[in-house]
Amino acid sequence: MTATKGYLDMDLLRFTTAGSVDDGKSTLIGRLLYDSKAIFEDQLEAVEQSSKQRGDEIVNLALLTDGLRAEREQGITIDVAYRYFATPKRKFIIADTPGHIQYTRNMVTGASTANLAIVLIDARKGVIEQTCRHAFIASLLQIQHVVICVNKMDLVDYKQEVFDSIVADFKNFASRLNIPHIDFIPISALNGDNVVDKSDKMPWFQGGSLLYTLETAYIGHEFNHVDPRFSVQWVIRPQSKEHHDFRGFSGRVVGGVFRKGDEVMVLPSGFTTRIKGIHEFEKELDEAFSPMSVALTLEDEIDISRGDMIVKPNNKPSVGQDLEAMICWFSESSSLQTGRKYALLHTSKEVKAIVKDVRYKIDVNTLHKIEDDREMKLNDIGRVVLRTSAPLIHDPYTRNRLTGSFILVDEMTNNTVAAGMILER
Amino acid sequence: MEQHHGYRLTHLKHLEAEAIFVIREVAAQFQRPVLLFSGGKDSIVMAHVARKAFWPARPPFPMMHIDTGHNFPETIAYRDQFMHDIGAELIVKYVQDSIDQGRVAEEKGPRASRNKLQTVTLLDGLEEGQYDAAMGGARRDEEKARAKERFFSHRDDFGQWDPKNQRPELWNLFNGKKNVGEHFRIFPLSNWTEMDIWQYIKLENIPLPSIYFSHEREVIERDGVLLAQTDFITLLDGETPEKRTIRFRTVGDATCTGCCESTASTVDDIIEEVAAARQTERGGRADDKRSETAMEDRKKEGYF
Ligand SMILES: Nc1nc2c(ncn2[C@@H]2O[C@H](COP(=O)(O)OP(=O)(O)O)[C@@H](O)[C@H]2O)c(=O)[nH]1
Repeated sequence: MTATKGYLDMDLLRFTTAGSVDDGKSTLIGRLLYDSKAIFEDQLEAVEQSSKQRGDEIVNLALLTDGLRAEREQGITIDVAYRYFATPKRKFIIADTPGHIQYTRNMVTGASTANLAIVLIDARKGVIEQTCRHAFIASLLQIQHVVICVNKMDLVDYKQEVFDSIVADFKNFASRLNIPHIDFIPISALNGDNVVDKSDKMPWFQGGSLLYTLETAYIGHEFNHVDPRFSVQWVIRPQSKEHHDFRGFSGRVVGGVFRKGDEVMVLPSGFTTRIKGIHEFEKELDEAFSPMSVALTLEDEIDISRGDMIVKPNNKPSVGQDLEAMICWFSESSSLQTGRKYALLHTSKEVKAIVKDVRYKIDVNTLHKIEDDREMKLNDIGRVVLRTSAPLIHDPYTRNRLTGSFILVDEMTNNTVAAGMILER
Repeated sequence: MEQHHGYRLTHLKHLEAEAIFVIREVAAQFQRPVLLFSGGKDSIVMAHVARKAFWPARPPFPMMHIDTGHNFPETIAYRDQFMHDIGAELIVKYVQDSIDQGRVAEEKGPRASRNKLQTVTLLDGLEEGQYDAAMGGARRDEEKARAKERFFSHRDDFGQWDPKNQRPELWNLFNGKKNVGEHFRIFPLSNWTEMDIWQYIKLENIPLPSIYFSHEREVIERDGVLLAQTDFITLLDGETPEKRTIRFRTVGDATCTGCCESTASTVDDIIEEVAAARQTERGGRADDKRSETAMEDRKKEGYF
């Protein structure tokens, strides 16, 4: 059964899509889902019906991705939605983040789990402030691969000059950002040009279609496989005769590789021991690497609990209570209060934290530092100094997205009010 | 058997690792979690993953079945065997009890379904057991209203879902903080698709209730949906049951869960069939056909 065999060997690419309102994002996603057959007849029928009711002339593929009633009524999308499709090579998860006032927050959320970002540009408008904001957020969140789709090429007669000048403009701006890999593709989401198949309308374009780019994008750098980090979630102690002495530390490999027999150090206690076994259900494994979920047994009885981190003695993370971080403020009802206590969630650990200082905010459209207004409000991004109630075992975000990220929670409302990325000190 | 090309995980192993991570977070962050077990393939996969997450210990939470009373006997037999095999504690809550206690009124007429009534039984069951986190097997690809659902979905003290007031989820950090009386619905399989579920069932060799596989059954056709002829169904004028070769794509209340004509008798056959399918699995659910936002409306009230 070839379908099955291929499927069991597929990998996973997660990407976000960004564009300002009306750049054609919903149409593009609808097109990808439709052409990759992720859309079923009953879903299409429902969309055809809604299109008719709205008086649209052609079936509006954008409606395929339009989720909740409130949005349909207002005619806008308001949150991050996740979509799924697969080709024989890969499964794709799209974090669909709409252009709207809560936009920076939504895009940061979508980008936090993405390996690739698609940024749409309307060919008639070229690079605008929003484009710069999208690219900046992608680079801030350490997305390694950005695909710039110059959309609505049909409205500029598929002209190469238009595309070339947008590419030049964007490259000029992006030289200030840290994005290792950028692709540019001229498309028409509406007509499907260069979306799934290469279009004969733009013979001057040498690159592959968008789908081809998504299918072949390199994703090996997605997880850190260099610095061994295992964050303990839950201690497994079976109350059964058969496994009476079993004490497993379950959690996720959030960095590097662990092998049976490796010498390891437990933080924050600093005790060292060796890995006795790596368990994944009834199987024992020789090695585990990020992002696997396993349970480790250790040679020596050491007191270990949730929130501890198992590492290698020759490759230790930073341990400390004073941090600097870039944060994005998420709350619409309150701005950041320096000196106030927030709950900070990092790996499987929870501590209290106060923000001692806001060093500056960033104008996400121009990348300029703002130092005269340091009040962090909804969608603001800025650099802050934090102190935590207990040591955090961390790495810089640029080195490891999982051990370098945290969220802040307002303990009055229990809402997540900020996302943070730890900076190298 | 396990093959890594460098340090690469297949997408199924990714999804499994993510689901295990989420289930362990639930065990660690909440006082009294419970796993909602419907007997359908998604909750079977979820329970299987939960078992892996804590092996060799048993999952540190019970499983709860909301029983509409309109069951296929095969699924109940399967449920009891499955719970026995994994050594889990099963709690059953009956919609019939809610009806008898006057908590809900049975819908009338031939199209009556107990599907909507389940919400009350479920919320009562959660409150009675003081459960603060209920894990469900719902997936985001199932239905439009689910696409924005979170892994950790906050419910207010009435069990209601407010789609506009959900917490953002970043990286693998899940905020399960709540006030007394509130609870969370947790969806560890959020990122799985129907195809992923079937492939995983194959990969892990998970046994399923027999109604998922092709068999002969008396069915009626109503509003374009094939419904099984059972004791719970009232025939409409002109409806005559006939024998067809069918299977079910989802398992739910027998009065509203449609089946499809199929000769797929193995998991491999089903995978081929799903790959070629042009109808969503919920396309066969009369409960969703009631209106375009039927699912969203039920979810707001506290449905699964
Ligand atoms: N001519 C043309 N129109 C497009 C194209 N892509 C999208 N549109 C139209 O642009 C409008 C906005 O598209 P939509 O997908 O809703 O934009 P979104 O706000 O970014 O999701 C709609 O009227 C689309 O039909 C394209 O490639 N060519």
